[in-house]
Amino acid sequence: MASGNGLMPMQIADHPAQMRTEGGATAYFRKLWRITRKELQTELRAREAIGAMAAFSVLAVVIFGLAFDLAPRMDLIVPGILWGILLFAGVLGLNRSFGAEVDKGSLAALLLAPMDRSAVYFGKVLANFLFILATQIIVLPIMLVIFDINLFRLWILVGLFLGILGYVFVGTLFAALTVSVRARESMLPILLLPVMMPLFVAGVGLTALVLNGREFGDFDHWLLMLATYDLIFLVIAYMVFDLIWEDV
Amino acid sequence: MTKMSDQPLIDVRGLRKRYGRKTVLKGLNMGVDAGQVVALLGANGAGKSTLMRIISGLSKADSGQVWLGGAELKQAGHELRRYIGLVSHAPLLYDNLTAWENLDFFAHMYDLLAPEVRMEALLRSVDLWPRRHDLVRTYSRGMTQRLAIARAILHDPPVLLLDEPDTGLDQPSSQMLHNLIRQLGAANRAILFSTHNLEQALHWSDWICILANGEIVHRQPAAELSVDDLRELYGQW
Amino acid sequence: MSSATLSQSRGRPMAFGSYFLLTLNILAMAGMAVFIWAALVYAKSATNLAGTEQMAQRIFYIHMGCIFGAMAGFLVSLIGSILYLITRNLEWDRITQASVEVGTLFGIGLTICGAIWARPTWNTYWTWDPRLTTATITILIYVAYLLFRNGIDNRRTRALFGNIYALFAFLTVPLTYYSARWFRSIHPVVWNGSNAEAQGDIGNVGATMGQTITIALISFTLLFCALMIQRWRQLRLEDRLEELREELE
Repeated sequence: MASGNGLMPMQIADHPAQMRTEGGATAYFRKLWRITRKELQTELRAREAIGAMAAFSVLAVVIFGLAFDLAPRMDLIVPGILWGILLFAGVLGLNRSFGAEVDKGSLAALLLAPMDRSAVYFGKVLANFLFILATQIIVLPIMLVIFDINLFRLWILVGLFLGILGYVFVGTLFAALTVSVRARESMLPILLLPVMMPLFVAGVGLTALVLNGREFGDFDHWLLMLATYDLIFLVIAYMVFDLIWEDV
Repeated sequence: MTKMSDQPLIDVRGLRKRYGRKTVLKGLNMGVDAGQVVALLGANGAGKSTLMRIISGLSKADSGQVWLGGAELKQAGHELRRYIGLVSHAPLLYDNLTAWENLDFFAHMYDLLAPEVRMEALLRSVDLWPRRHDLVRTYSRGMTQRLAIARAILHDPPVLLLDEPDTGLDQPSSQMLHNLIRQLGAANRAILFSTHNLEQALHWSDWICILANGEIVHRQPAAELSVDDLRELYGQW
Repeated sequence: MSSATLSQSRGRPMAFGSYFLLTLNILAMAGMAVFIWAALVYAKSATNLAGTEQMAQRIFYIHMGCIFGAMAGFLVSLIGSILYLITRNLEWDRITQASVEVGTLFGIGLTICGAIWARPTWNTYWTWDPRLTTATITILIYVAYLLFRNGIDNRRTRALFGNIYALFAFLTVPLTYYSARWFRSIHPVVWNGSNAEAQGDIGNVGATMGQTITIALISFTLLFCALMIQRWRQLRLEDRLEELREELE
């Protein structure tokens, strides 16, 4: 073996790579989780997604708080503000989800890895879900202070959980679709927001009814709508995600 | 790794690729045997990067086939991607992770068993061991490129595609890359690298391929050529 | 098919496909003439309305016609996008695009007619009536589809991404409709007079009104087919032109 000119203190051939190739579901989920963990790790260092989303959301809450200062009943306005801000702020985080990876080329490395590419999708979905959830944890107390309305109610939180889930299922896929398109930053909300309409309406409807002090039986159809939305778009996104990368 | 006796490790047949109005590859054929180091020469925009992206499976050809180790790329499942190591123009690394974290992440993507020993050996051989806990975004161009090379060979792929790997490397690092390529070539790997440096191409490789007009227009053992011969050949295209 | 369109451009006599298209265009024009007559003259005035409302009610026929056109467009786009994703034949992509474009045109017509009609009837241009909401969102989605396609340079990528989005777009429509319907049920009715459900009730209209609606269905479907096929042909020629230009270079 060539001994080289000094800069080869240790022969890499002495340490061949050993791979576990049987794969299977455990390997899939392990990789999925590693991708999520990687996203969280980089986010903790750069604070790009959560930082942008939280700053935007807080700003929006303050602006709406001032704008509706004279409105007679806050509980009629707050559901719309909550879900509207969620929709608009989420775009900021989603745009970063694939944008940075494509610019640095690391997405190619990820796509070269020996795994079903849906692991990349679900890894990112999970990370985006946690980012938006973290943003909401910051926003809800601020809304409590500014609008004097307590949104920490079980079914509102369940609704938010389902809503954010559906949002990231579709949003992560659309972020991947728009990443190689001209003017990607402005294209994502134009594509995403109208498709989010059923989810938005269901979320607002649910939140309004819960704030109104209704029984579970009065708003369970909204939870059903959110769950149906999640399920339909999860299946479709899973089916088409592999197709997107035919030519990056 | 399994090897077909009669088929080259990298076997490219009739590749065609068009980007919009521009036809980049026009039925390209080429083969690289195990243990061979092939230098791919060609002007900017001749399709060198496109060819490498297609062989790696990142881009899809309009028609034609890529066989790696006896398996057809499109037919084979994602397990075939273990065969491929790619160094591209972009570093293919995460800026906000350290060198160690980057390698650790990709080691898990390739299901490496006990990867720490190999990661250490690689980081030492590309001379990044002392700075393994620094974020990649603090690295110089040359350091990033060295780490990119380490990442590409982390899973010990039999097929190595290096797209202008010497970009941004200083003299010692370039020498290090040369040693690495020799060493891997000797270990029965098929190596395809592109470059604009004719001297380096002759010095590093066993075979020279010139890519022009979407085809391999010339193919000759490097030992038969002098730099002047090559310059003349290269000038024709 | 492409050879037929080529030979035309060289000045040969028209192929069979062109005669078919010409016939279709003439039929669509005739259909529209009959429809206008039926909607404005033939159909008897609504007996339960008076004054401007009675006059304004006639826009309902155009409104209905546009609904048929828009629904046809979006249904064809669904078929086109699914078949493109399965076959990867660009012909289906052109069908999706042509039908979305024509469907969106009808959709805009439908919304404008609806707003004009709503003013005298519901006393407001706009309400968040479920059907109106669904129509509006659907139009916005398909406009987004067209903008999205515009931003992608690679022909294959444009087709693939466009059809994926078209699939999502179509699936959103029923979900939007149901959520908008459930949403309204918790709010008070804002308009005066009769409510929305009764307005669209086709079951108990007079005989001439029923016939006019049938005429609207037929004539607008013909118009949709004529426009859509025309646009489809145009898109195919554009792609062909692009290919020839590539061959020359």
